[in-house]
Amino acid sequence: MSIAIQADLHVTHPHEHNDQHHDEHHDTSANTLFGFWIYLMTDCILFASVFATYAVLYMNTDGGVSGKDIFELDFVLIETAALLVSSITYGVAMICAKHQKQAATLGWLLVTFALGCVFIAMEVYEFHHLIEHGNGPDRSAFLSAFFALVGMHGLHVTAGLIWMLIMMVEVLKTGLTNRSVTRLSCLSLFWHFLDIVWVCVFTVVYLLGAL
Amino acid sequence: MSFFGKLTLESIPYHEPIIMVTLAVVGVIGLIIAALITKHQKWGVLWHDWLTSVDHKRLGIMYILLALVMLIRGFSDAIMMRTQQALATNGAAGYLPPEHYDQIFTAHGVIMIIFMAMPFMIGLMNLILPLQIGARDVAFPFLNNLSFWLTTSGAVLINISLGLGEFAKTGWVAYPPLSELAYSPGVGVDYYIWALQISGIGTTLTGVNFIATVLKMRAPGMKLMQMPIFTWTCTWANILIVASFPILTAVLGLLTLDRYLDFHFFTNDGGGNAMMYINLFWAWGHPEVYILILPAFGIFSEVISTFTSKRLFGYSSMVWASGAISILGFIVWLHHFFTMGSSANVNAFFGVMTMVIAVPTGVKLFNWLFTIYRGRLRITVPVLWTLGFMVTFTIGGMTGVLLAVPGADYVLHNSLFLIAHFHNTILGGAVFGYMAGFAFWFPKAMGFHLNERLGKASFWCWQVGFYVAFMPLYVLGFLGMTRRINHTDNPAWNFWIYFAAVGAFIILAGIILQFVQLYVSFRDREQNLDTTGDPWNGHTLEWSTSSPPQFYNFAKLPHVSDIDAFTDMKEKGQAYQREQTYQPIHMPKNTASGILIAACITAVGFAAIWHIWWLAIVGFAGAFVLFLVRAYDNDVDYYVQPDDVTRIENAHLDNVTANLTNVVRG
Repeated sequence: MSIAIQADLHVTHPHEHNDQHHDEHHDTSANTLFGFWIYLMTDCILFASVFATYAVLYMNTDGGVSGKDIFELDFVLIETAALLVSSITYGVAMICAKHQKQAATLGWLLVTFALGCVFIAMEVYEFHHLIEHGNGPDRSAFLSAFFALVGMHGLHVTAGLIWMLIMMVEVLKTGLTNRSVTRLSCLSLFWHFLDIVWVCVFTVVYLLGAL
Repeated sequence: MSFFGKLTLESIPYHEPIIMVTLAVVGVIGLIIAALITKHQKWGVLWHDWLTSVDHKRLGIMYILLALVMLIRGFSDAIMMRTQQALATNGAAGYLPPEHYDQIFTAHGVIMIIFMAMPFMIGLMNLILPLQIGARDVAFPFLNNLSFWLTTSGAVLINISLGLGEFAKTGWVAYPPLSELAYSPGVGVDYYIWALQISGIGTTLTGVNFIATVLKMRAPGMKLMQMPIFTWTCTWANILIVASFPILTAVLGLLTLDRYLDFHFFTNDGGGNAMMYINLFWAWGHPEVYILILPAFGIFSEVISTFTSKRLFGYSSMVWASGAISILGFIVWLHHFFTMGSSANVNAFFGVMTMVIAVPTGVKLFNWLFTIYRGRLRITVPVLWTLGFMVTFTIGGMTGVLLAVPGADYVLHNSLFLIAHFHNTILGGAVFGYMAGFAFWFPKAMGFHLNERLGKASFWCWQVGFYVAFMPLYVLGFLGMTRRINHTDNPAWNFWIYFAAVGAFIILAGIILQFVQLYVSFRDREQNLDTTGDPWNGHTLEWSTSSPPQFYNFAKLPHVSDIDAFTDMKEKGQAYQREQTYQPIHMPKNTASGILIAACITAVGFAAIWHIWWLAIVGFAGAFVLFLVRAYDNDVDYYVQPDDVTRIENAHLDNVTANLTNVVRG
């Protein structure tokens, strides 16, 4: 994954503006990526706060189910695999974008999008299944924290998918311009970040919970 | 659910004469302002040059205007509380029934911190920080405009709550379980949640924006340890913003889930834990007070070094002291609830950490004193605020150390002693700082001076009023009076309650004098123009521009080789140089996207408060579409041509030459 991130960052260097006012211009794509990186750090703290809440509340089952009763590791493993592989495919898409291969970039983005959809579909199924059996977020503080943490990650992934859809349209219409590659790089950071958060969710919520 | 959700005509508080009269007065003032704008045909100017502006200086001015408007609202609440308590002694009921009084003390706290102090601080930062680092604008100008409008959106919601429904009756911290649906079934807490949530996201974006600005956009040659001290303290504040505001976003989000979707984070039943809210709230809330105070420390440093005509004593210790305060600010939050009943060791740790903060703060105070030492301090209005601060804040700091002793805190927790303490630091520290900064940079922003006599009169009213209003609260705290009391029946308290009420009226005189000062200064502006751009013989780059600064800030980016960059240039004879040719300047275009997106978000907030779900969907979709339109708009920037730059620069430099004798005045 670190290779993928490095590949993204390299994209920012080529300066394809026809730019005669060089001392008047800042490298805005570098600023954008840096600003987006700081935004991701704020998102990281948002997740950290909800993680802390989960850590405090996960034993407060109020006589209802605990993690052991409801987590199905096989299912979550497939979900996890879909998301982790989608990070690799996004990395490949970024390498293609760097080499200005429009068709290949779009292809890999599409694969990433499909994997993201698999992840979300499985999560929605899991939530639906839990609520159907009376284990919705209103049942106990543990389930509230579980739904909030996993659901917040799911909402982020959904936002990333919508963003990816928009970027595919942009790349299709305008090609791999400086602007679209900068935006793809931001989305790349976002996507890998969500992957890292999921690794923490998988470990803290599912693995430790199922023990 | 009906078409308008929970909203009915009954939601308007007809039966509250105080509110209805207030609304009428606000309505009349609004009509008068609208009529004046129409008469002078300024609607176009207002829209094209201000509301849609991405210029950091104009956004700064609009932030400060917002802060001044909200100061009036927040202070009205304050003086109502003081008069209520003064009238409701010996078992009298006073004139404010408890359910109204409770909304007032909640609104007072929220408004003063989130919608007065924060916009004031962010306004000054917007106005000055890019100029100080020799930049043409912030890293993301459109985002800056959006941040302002999101802050305003929150302010609009909190003001709507005055005339539609109610505001929270929970105190400004909105602790559960009181703020849960079971005990606060009305819309008050929902107003609180959405106003804070929306403005908080705006503030987070501001933090991101200014960190990128400071790290990526400094003038050539300016190293980090050569940044002006105000820029440094703002940078620490921005680091605190991006590290702490997401916690507020999270905790408000969790409370929202509790109230709207029957989750059980903080409820009494279902295994909820209210202390989790209180921990998260203060994990944001304590850094927040340093977000407020650090930029004020920067302002005092600039003021002291400018008006002693000396370099600031201990520049690097000042930078590191600010950093130490920022980091320590994150490991003291538990002192807000020692009485939660943690173990003695936990309380001791947080108590000691709290006391340790006094050390870097002391470093700062001594640095200011040593800067004054053997200097010739010119007693101007900004200096008066600074001196007033140094005394007042020291007292506030010492009472803070007293409260940091867990044993003492068990006695003083939630007493008026605490109220006196934090007004001592936030009012006597942060707000005095913003007032100093306001007077200091006013000529830079507006191009003319503030009336000095009225400024001094206002300062003295504030200063004296502050002591008369808040020192009695220390006494009342020791006498056992707790905060948020609607009426009392204890003869021992009466004298001090009356005393404090008098103080509130002295502060009122100070505020009135400030507005009179603004009016008189504006009326006489032609006689008090700042023609050189450097009225105080300043040290830093903002004083090298004209007043008000050229919209592009710097025709040629300055090259910096010293902390006091402009003093350095003046000494080397490099200031005010005429260039033969200028390069075209790349500038962002104004955009209506920010205000329109924020309008949609306001609709979302309003809809969520009143459960008008179709409006929430429409508002959200509107914001999303507007954002996309903005993202794919290719017409977002332009170049200022060299001829225009030459004309503007020559006009400024001619002015400087004609008035050069004034540069060294004062």
